[in-house]
Amino acid sequence: MTKMNFGEAIAAGLMLEMERDPDVYIVGEDVATFPAFGVTRSCFEKFGPTRVRDTPISETAIVGHAVGAAAAGLRPVAEVMFMDFFGIVLDELANQAAKMHYMFGGTMKVPMVVRTASGAGIGAAAQHSQSLEAWVAHSPGLKLVMPSTPADAKGLIVAAIRDDNPVVFVEHKMLYGMQGEVPEGDYVLPLGKADVKRAGVDVTIVAWSAMVHTALAAAELLAAEGIDAEVVDLRTLVPLDTNAIMESVAKTHRLVIAHEAVKTCGFGAEIAALVADEGFDLLDAPIRRVTAPDTPVPFSPTLEAAFVPDAQKIVSAVQSLT
Amino acid sequence: MTVDREQLLAMYRCMLKIREFETRAHDMFLTGGLPGFLHLYSGEEAVAAGVSAHLRPYDFIASTHRGHGHLIAKGGDVKLMMAEILGKSTGYCKGKGGSMHIADVSLGSLGANGVVGASLPIGTGAGLACQLRGADAVTVCYFGDGATNRGTFHESLNMAAIWDLPVIYVCENNLYGVGFCQRDHMRVCDIADRASSYGFPGVVVDGNDVVAVSEAAGEAVDRARAGGGPTLIECKTWRHYGHFVGDAAVYRDPAEHEAWLARDPILMGEALLASNGWATQAELAEMKVEVAADIQAAVDFGLSSPIPAVADLLTDVFSEGGRA
Repeated sequence: MTKMNFGEAIAAGLMLEMERDPDVYIVGEDVATFPAFGVTRSCFEKFGPTRVRDTPISETAIVGHAVGAAAAGLRPVAEVMFMDFFGIVLDELANQAAKMHYMFGGTMKVPMVVRTASGAGIGAAAQHSQSLEAWVAHSPGLKLVMPSTPADAKGLIVAAIRDDNPVVFVEHKMLYGMQGEVPEGDYVLPLGKADVKRAGVDVTIVAWSAMVHTALAAAELLAAEGIDAEVVDLRTLVPLDTNAIMESVAKTHRLVIAHEAVKTCGFGAEIAALVADEGFDLLDAPIRRVTAPDTPVPFSPTLEAAFVPDAQKIVSAVQSLT
Repeated sequence: MTVDREQLLAMYRCMLKIREFETRAHDMFLTGGLPGFLHLYSGEEAVAAGVSAHLRPYDFIASTHRGHGHLIAKGGDVKLMMAEILGKSTGYCKGKGGSMHIADVSLGSLGANGVVGASLPIGTGAGLACQLRGADAVTVCYFGDGATNRGTFHESLNMAAIWDLPVIYVCENNLYGVGFCQRDHMRVCDIADRASSYGFPGVVVDGNDVVAVSEAAGEAVDRARAGGGPTLIECKTWRHYGHFVGDAAVYRDPAEHEAWLARDPILMGEALLASNGWATQAELAEMKVEVAADIQAAVDFGLSSPIPAVADLLTDVFSEGGRA
């Protein structure tokens, strides 16, 4: 185990794969010379400009060329600096990469990763702060990873690169500085496997990405009131570990889903529908969602803080069930 | 002339094969025997035939919605193609792709594409794969005049330029972006001029003259194989049908249409073969019989093939594999 931050853990995973697989390369705006969140700087220092490639400000070509490169046998790890720019790359991602395996009858593989930074918290306002996982999850053929800890980030970026499908890897920008113990060497986690970050028996809180830590903080506040919450970190939304959700609800009989994305058609609605459909008899209370409101992300720090769900909102949601 | 008898005969046969495939598909569509949409390549055969004359099995092509000709010229199996556009389980894509989504990975085909301009970044990325693999492979990226107004065109050509990628951008300028005439949808006469924005060569050729296409493509492919970077080739041509089968193309001037039909690439190829004394009428007639028999066999294969099992709906969403 080595102590490192979330960004360093991702870099460790990237370098692990670049070392063992010559087809892996990193590509994106300023990934070599001036990476926005610093993640790929060490990769460039180690592997140089052929395998860590700066591009013009051309998001469509960054993701679009990666689709072709992957179809032709490489394993690109493309970076879209902010998830808000997914509007620019959505054809390449959702209409091309996601569909090629299916459209071509299973004959073509598109083993590519798109890394991107999501989330509010740094005052980046409406066009640099969104959590757009629902856009990705709504396109069959894309896998979707949203880790919450440095160790998970390393194990999952490695899995994403080794996977033969297009994988979107979402890094919440408030996590980059988070420290944690990370396994050394060849450390890989399976895609589609949730992790119980805190065991409990009274209520299940399902979360992913940075919201996992808010949920854990809420669980501590609830513990002080004698409520023992279980926090299930999905880690990957596609594939979704439905068993982990159902097993936890079978134990606690209460479900709160917390996410930073806006409420309407958010991924929380999908989980709520899943549990209502397949676990109705398990529930002792209504399912609650704790989400951002249906607004753009505001700039002013006061408004931004009010936009992002906090631990108290999760606590209130849990309290409303008991 | 830079082509010899065998080369011209091979390109001519390729054009015939494409034309026959498209004609049969057209006829089946009109009689209700073929579902979906069809964007036919008829009239543009000289482009794919002339370009592919320089391609090797390991070279890549990124194709378009009007892509049957590109794949046939690259060596595609017409039986698997016909079965695919008929939606049969024996097709290239098990019937899941259809006319706009046929690919043959073994031939370096990265697929036809339903989105205008989408072939551009895909072909560019394949070009990077060619370059990083270090061999002499190249990628041909096909697209139409309409696609050159999309952002994908700009971003892709610029990226290929700064990376010196071995990509040949082949613009099939049939003068209409769906129904919108080129003189109205851009203010340049020659799309090849746009290459100057990226700092690499752009050339204009008569896209109905298979020898002219072959000469331009040969030069561009040789340069790309040698590490000399990309080229934009604009092939001015004409589609014999509308944008899709069922589009009567009322937006085109009938006189212009007639003038282009008189310059049918197959007729021009025949004239060239005759004037060089490279083929008799009897030899050409025999070749047409052979090609027609090939396509008939493809039609028979397609029509007699089974439809997909409904259970196939749910397969192939994700690849199960990965790199160990």
